[in-house]
Amino acid sequence: MPGLEDLYREIILDHYSNPRNRGELEVPPAVRSEGFNPLCGDETVVYLLLKDGMIDDIAIGGRGCSISSSSASMMSALVKGKSVEQVRDFTKIFKLMLSVHEGTLGGDHSHPISENATQNIGPARELGQDLGDSPDPSARLLTDDELASLGDLAALQGVVKFPVRIKCALLPWNTLTQSLVEALGTG
Amino acid sequence: MPPLRVEMTNSIDTELIQKDFPILSTQVNGQRLVYLDSAASSQKPIQVLEAMDKYYSTTHANVHRGVYAIAENATNLYERARVVVGRFIGAPNPAREIVFTKNATEAVNLVAYSWGRANLTNSDVVLLTEMEHHANIVPWQILAQQLGFEIRFIPIDRSGYLNLSEIDSLLSGVKLVGVTASSNVLGTITEISDLIGRAHSVGALVIVDGAQFVPHLPANVQEIGCDFFVATGHKMLGPTGIGFLWGRETLLDAMPAFLGGGEMICDVRKDGFTPNDLPYKFEAGTPPIAEAIGLMEAVAYLEKLGMANIRAHEIELVGYALDRLKSEFGKSIEIFGPSNPQDRGGVVSFSFKNLHPHDISQILDSEGVCIRAGHHCAKPLMRVLDVSATARASLYIYNDYADVEALVTGLYKADKFFGI
Repeated sequence: MPGLEDLYREIILDHYSNPRNRGELEVPPAVRSEGFNPLCGDETVVYLLLKDGMIDDIAIGGRGCSISSSSASMMSALVKGKSVEQVRDFTKIFKLMLSVHEGTLGGDHSHPISENATQNIGPARELGQDLGDSPDPSARLLTDDELASLGDLAALQGVVKFPVRIKCALLPWNTLTQSLVEALGTG
Repeated sequence: MPPLRVEMTNSIDTELIQKDFPILSTQVNGQRLVYLDSAASSQKPIQVLEAMDKYYSTTHANVHRGVYAIAENATNLYERARVVVGRFIGAPNPAREIVFTKNATEAVNLVAYSWGRANLTNSDVVLLTEMEHHANIVPWQILAQQLGFEIRFIPIDRSGYLNLSEIDSLLSGVKLVGVTASSNVLGTITEISDLIGRAHSVGALVIVDGAQFVPHLPANVQEIGCDFFVATGHKMLGPTGIGFLWGRETLLDAMPAFLGGGEMICDVRKDGFTPNDLPYKFEAGTPPIAEAIGLMEAVAYLEKLGMANIRAHEIELVGYALDRLKSEFGKSIEIFGPSNPQDRGGVVSFSFKNLHPHDISQILDSEGVCIRAGHHCAKPLMRVLDVSATARASLYIYNDYADVEALVTGLYKADKFFGI
């Protein structure tokens, strides 16, 4: 079974306790986007200020668990000062990291539930691979360069072993994508 | 940690009951399963599982159709389930007043779409409470979008009770009141009889959400005095996929059909249809037969224990949980809802330090302890409480002091782990 230390790496707990870029920006010139996780009620607010195709400033509001908060904090630190194109690349790489099936990571990562229950019930026994456990066909392991480009965010890799928490990690990124659309649409 | 109180003083023998629930002897993450999420869905005793299995193995056929032995037996069992469930909640005429649905949510939707569409106009008001589950809010909001009526909310006070001080003005123009009998977040057992009396005095009908009430307390719709009452099977030891609506016979009789199809008709012509009698008018298509039989067995199980005994057990256990959490964690824990266990059902929602409920639940899971973390399908209430989510432990007949202690131990672990 995956251990808690796979999920809660030290760097994650650090960003959770000391979130970076927490606050608000003046709207306008910044744009404000809200993202919700309907599962748990968590909310991420992204304030984004673009200047000449670059992220001039970013601030994070809302409330969430350690995973969504630390993902937001690390995301804000990473994208600040980067170009819109770079941010889009980071988003793709981050989502790719979280779409990789736990089985491809190697080691003893079988999920506790699939271990003693799901795979033993009915067709799931044989068809487990086709019943939502199957990896996204476009999923692949990140290259070393890709993983390195994410900086601290690579620590969130362990989240894939806790499928219900993947949405937590993605919430800030989906909100950022939304804010980019808004900022570029109005600017 | 104080010594564990091993013996409970009420007559519910949890050790014996636990043996009836196969899932409670399984392990999660190498730990004993400590199931504290019965408010989301209860576990099922072997008697319920065997009754459904036996039905499928020996008796299954479609109901109300076949002229052969097993079909007649299936029909008899299904109709007996209706009567057993109806009597369990004190329905005066269960054979006509109990409508099986897939859950309590569908039962509320049935009332909204059938009674609501026929009776509500844009000059009317529907009065709900701030502690309603989404199931008793959203169907009315959907209908309000179409019909243009107003929705008001009875506020709650700081202790988690309904604040009825402005009830007379809130009731002005109200045609329907929707109220939960027991909150799935605060645990509050609401004072519905008083509210129902006032609602009736202005000519309003009352629908009561009994999903968190029926599994835990003796329920009698005639004593409660409501007009519609809904509940769900899977929270009261029964299977998923079955819930029920009770309605006053005269009201149900006057209501138009909801879902259309087989079973709910008396006659169908090219130019229209004649609806079937009660309750079949509201049961379109093949119903959840095995589920109804499972629910009947669940009711038998609850009746064998005795609802008054179950209530006594829960008051004692919830009281113990409130005491233990407060004495161990003091100001670090905020418990929502009434502080008197007599006024609560089996749920204990709380905020612990600055830890997010998701993170608390994750750490507890590693200890085999299952709690719910989230908004509990009550987002308007979450906004009133000014939280995005709460952690919720909910207790039932198979839970004991050791389960509460496992929660306490898990919370210490969470505190230590996050060290905030």
